[in-house]
Amino acid sequence: MTPGSARISRRALLAAGVGTAAAPLLGACGGVSTNGAGDDENAVVLMSNQFSPVEEKQRFEKILSDRVTGERVAFNQIDPGVFSSTFQAQVDSGNVRISAVGALHGDLAPHASRLIDLDDVLAALGDRGFDADLTDLAKLGGDATKYIPWMQASYVLAVHKKALQWLPSGTDVQQMTYDQLLSWMTAARAGNGGTPVFGIPAGVKGLYHRFFQGFLLPSFTGGQITTFRSPEAVTAWQYMKELWAQSAPASTTYDNMQEPLQRGEVLVGFDHVARLVAAPRDNPGDWMMVPAPSGPKGLGYMLVLAGLGIPRGAPQQAPAKDVIKQLTGPQVQLDVLRQNAFFPVTNAKIPADLPAEVAMAEAAVRQQRQAPNAILSLPPVGLGARDGEVAQLFKNCFKEICLDGKPIPQVLDAQAGQLNRIMDELKVPCWQPDPAAAACRAA
Amino acid sequence: MRAQRLWVQAACVAISLFMGVPIYLITLAALSSRESLNDFPLSLLPTHPSGETMSTFLRSTGILGGLVNSLTVGLSTVALSLAVGLPAGYALARYAFRGRDAYQLSLLLTRALPIVVLSVPLAKVFLTTGLYDTAYAVTLLHTALALPTTVLISAAIFVGVPREQEEAAMIFGASPMAAFGRVVVPQALPGIAASAIFTFVLSWNEVLGASILTLNRRTLPAQVLATLGESPLAFRFAGGLALVLPALVFIAVVRRYLLNMWGTPLR
Amino acid sequence: MAAGPARRALPLILPSLLFMTALFLLPLITGVAQAFRGPDGLTTGYLRRMVDDPYFWQAARNTALLIVVLIPLQFALALAMALLLRERPRLAGLHFYIWVIPLAISDLAAGLVWLSIFTDRGYLNSVLDAAGISPYAWLSFQHPATMFLAVVIAELWRATSLVFVIVVAGMQGVPRDYDEAAAVFGASYWQRVRHVLLPQLRPSLQVALILRTILALEAFAVAQALTGRNFPLLVGETYQWYTALQNPNVATAVALVVLLLSVVAAVGYLRLMRHGPEPGR
Repeated sequence: MTPGSARISRRALLAAGVGTAAAPLLGACGGVSTNGAGDDENAVVLMSNQFSPVEEKQRFEKILSDRVTGERVAFNQIDPGVFSSTFQAQVDSGNVRISAVGALHGDLAPHASRLIDLDDVLAALGDRGFDADLTDLAKLGGDATKYIPWMQASYVLAVHKKALQWLPSGTDVQQMTYDQLLSWMTAARAGNGGTPVFGIPAGVKGLYHRFFQGFLLPSFTGGQITTFRSPEAVTAWQYMKELWAQSAPASTTYDNMQEPLQRGEVLVGFDHVARLVAAPRDNPGDWMMVPAPSGPKGLGYMLVLAGLGIPRGAPQQAPAKDVIKQLTGPQVQLDVLRQNAFFPVTNAKIPADLPAEVAMAEAAVRQQRQAPNAILSLPPVGLGARDGEVAQLFKNCFKEICLDGKPIPQVLDAQAGQLNRIMDELKVPCWQPDPAAAACRAA
Repeated sequence: MRAQRLWVQAACVAISLFMGVPIYLITLAALSSRESLNDFPLSLLPTHPSGETMSTFLRSTGILGGLVNSLTVGLSTVALSLAVGLPAGYALARYAFRGRDAYQLSLLLTRALPIVVLSVPLAKVFLTTGLYDTAYAVTLLHTALALPTTVLISAAIFVGVPREQEEAAMIFGASPMAAFGRVVVPQALPGIAASAIFTFVLSWNEVLGASILTLNRRTLPAQVLATLGESPLAFRFAGGLALVLPALVFIAVVRRYLLNMWGTPLR
Repeated sequence: MAAGPARRALPLILPSLLFMTALFLLPLITGVAQAFRGPDGLTTGYLRRMVDDPYFWQAARNTALLIVVLIPLQFALALAMALLLRERPRLAGLHFYIWVIPLAISDLAAGLVWLSIFTDRGYLNSVLDAAGISPYAWLSFQHPATMFLAVVIAELWRATSLVFVIVVAGMQGVPRDYDEAAAVFGASYWQRVRHVLLPQLRPSLQVALILRTILALEAFAVAQALTGRNFPLLVGETYQWYTALQNPNVATAVALVVLLLSVVAAVGYLRLMRHGPEPGR
C-alpha cells in the first residue's frame, strides 16, 4: 500500500465518521410520528390488525377523517402476528399508549382481562339494533361486555362464469350440495384439460381451517367439537379427500383466493368475502358469488365478527368511547361495507347502489344466512389464547388426511386427543352448532 | 491467455445475470400495470408500464416519517455498533485472553435466537424505562443484532494488520489510541466497510423487532412491510422496490471503502 | 502477550459485554423460562407438545438438509466470485455492485420475487411456454424435489453476497507479492489459490462460515413464501407457534432447539479454528 492511498482513505474515513456521528442528532426527538396524526397528544390511537391491505387502509383512514367528529383518530394498523404481543406488553407494563383496539373476536378473546367493561357504551347504543348473538359473543364468556361489535363477514364461493359450462344439468349453483360441488369440479377438471379449477386458501396465512370448522363439518356432522371423530366426520373428511383430489395443488400456497382467481389460475374458490371481492371488481359481469353448499345435516356457515374494545389503563378512555360510538353509526357502517366489504353489525339499511362486487357478496351472504337449512357456527367462544391451536388441529387433519394420505379414523383419533387435552384444561361450554353441554370435548 | 480472459468475462456475465435478473423482475413488476401481472404468459419486457401502484404506495400514511426514522435508526446503529464492536474485534484479534471462545459464542447467540423471543421481553423493559416507541429502542435492538457481525468481521481483518507497524507508531510517540486510529483502522477499512454494510442493511430490513418495539414512530419497513404481506401482488412489488433503493444508495457509497486496498478503485 | 491478556482485553470488550447483558441476556432469561414454566410450576409439557406436532420433525429434517446442501454451494460460489473479481475483468466495478445487491433485499421482497419466478403462472413457466415446453408445477407439494431446488436457488441468490463480501474484504489484506512470487516459481493458478491465497483467507472464511450457518438457521421467510408450510423450517415453526397459535411457551421451546443447533455449530467451528495452524501473516 502506498502512503498516498492511506492518506486519502483517512480523510474519507473522517468524512464517513462525521456523517455517522451526526445521525443520532438527527433523531434527537427519538423518531418522527408515522401514524398520520402528527404528535397530537390528544389523538385517540386506534390499534387494529384489520384493513392491512394498503388500499383498504387508506380508504378506512379517509372514512375516519370524514366521519368521526370531535376526536382525531390515529389509525395504527399493526401486523396480525404482533398485535397480541404488543397489546399484552402495553397493558401488563401499565404504560399504555393505545386508547382503543379493533380486531376479530378471536384476537380479542385472549385479552378479556385486559379490556375494560363497556356495558355503559352498549347501553347508550340501544338504537343500533345489535343482534343478541353478537352482544353475547362480546362478553367473551364472562358477564360484562368487553367489546362493541364493529363489523361482520362470512365465507362464500366465488365463481367465474366460464366454469358454469361444466355444471351438470339439474344442479342449481345457488343451492348446491357438497356432492354436486364435487361432481361439478370433477367435470370441470376433465373439461379443462385435466387442470383443476377449484381452490381453497390453504397457504400459511390462509383461512382454510374455517372451511372445515364452520362449513364442511357442521354440514356433515351438525357439530364442530363434540362430533370431531364421529362416523359422520370420517365421511366428511373422506369427502374432503375426494374434493382435494380435484383441487389445484397450488392451493397450499394461496393466502387468499382473489389473486389466483384474478390471474385465472382457478375459476372457483372458497374464501372470506373480504379476500374474494377484488376478483370480480374489474369485470363483475364475468363473476358470481354463491352460498356455500349444504351437506346431509344442512348448510353450515360461519360468522366472522370484529369488535372494538378499550385497554385497561388507556390514556383517552372517554374520547375512545365516543369514537367507538361513532364507528357503529349507520354512515360509517355503510361506508365500510361499500369500500372495504365488511358488513354492518347494526340495523343500518343496506342501500341499493352498492358496487357490483359488494352487492353480489352481500346477496350470497344473505342467502346463506336465510337458507331454511342453515346451521350457524360461531367462532370458538372462550378458548382465549388457545384459539389458534384449536384451529391448527383442523389444519393438521387436512395435512395428514389430504396431503399425506394417512388413514382418516387414525388421524381424527390422534387430533381428538390433542383437542380434548386443550378442552379439558379450559373446561368451557360448547358454542354453536354444538349443544351447550357442561364441558365441551370430542366424544 | 486470451481464451482464459474470455472465460472470466463470460463467468462474470453469467453470475451478474443470475444476481441481476430477479432485481430486473422486481423493477418490471413494480412499474407494470396491475392487470398485466395477471396475464399468462407473463411478458419479460416492459409492455404495460404504469406508475400507479408505486404512487399509491408512496402516498400511504407515514412513508416520509418512516423514511426519516429508518435513516436515523440505520445510521445510528452503524455508528453505535462500530463504536462498541471495533474495540472488541481488536481485542479478539490481538489478545488470547481466557474466555475468548465463550465471549465469541455468547455474541453469536444473539443471532441464534428468533427475534420474537427476544423482542417481547424487551418491549416490556422499554415500556417501563420509557424507551418504548422511540428510535433509541430500535437502535439498541439493532445494535445488539449487528454486534456479532461487526466484532467477528473486524477481528478477522485486524488479524491481518501487522503488529509491527502499530508498535512502530507507538515507538515514534503515538498513543495507543492514535496508533489504532492512524495505523490499524485505515488498513482494516475493507472489513469495517463490510460490517457497516451488513449493519445498515440489517437495520433497514428488520421488521419484526421494530414493529414490536414501536407503535406511533415506526421505521419504514415496519410501517409498510408488515402491511405488504396482505396487499395485492402489484403493491407488494412496488413496496419491495421502494424499500430496496435507499439500501442500494448506501451500498454504492460504502463500496469504495470495501474495495480500498486494490490500489486504484475498480470501475 | 504474557502480561495479562485478559486485563488488556477487558476494557475493550467490556462495552459489548454490558450491551449484550442488558439487551440479550436479561430478556433471554425471562423469555427462556417460558419454555419450562407452566401454570403449575415446572413442566415438560411444552416440549412434549413440540415433539408431538406433525410439523416439528419435518422442520428439523428440512433445516438440517437445507444447511448441509446450501452452505457448501454458497461458499464455492462466493469464492469463485471473489476469484473472478481478482482477475480484474472488464466492468469489474459494475459486476461487483450487481453481486452485492441481493444484500439490500429484505427476506420478504426476496421471497416475493422468487415466488413470481417459480409460481405456476410465473416467469419461468412463461419462458418455458414461449419455448413450446409445457409448464411445470415447480412448487407443488407433489414435487418435493423441485420445491427444495427452488428454495436452494432462492437462498443461494439471497445470501451468497454476505459470504462474498466477507471474502472480498479479507482478500484485500492479502499482499499480492506472495502470489506473484509463487507465480515466478512456476506454481499453477490452482496451486497458488490452494496454498497461498486460501490459507491467508482462513480467518475471513471461518468467520463467514460461522455467521452464515447461524444466519441460515434463522432464515425462513423465503422458504415460507415459496412453499407455504410444505417445506417447514424450525424458525418458521417458532413464528407459527408465536403468532398464529399464540403459544409463546412452545414457540420458545422450538427457539431453544434452534439455539442449541447454533451453539453446536458455533462450538464445532471454533474448535476447528483453534486446532488449525496459526493463520499466516
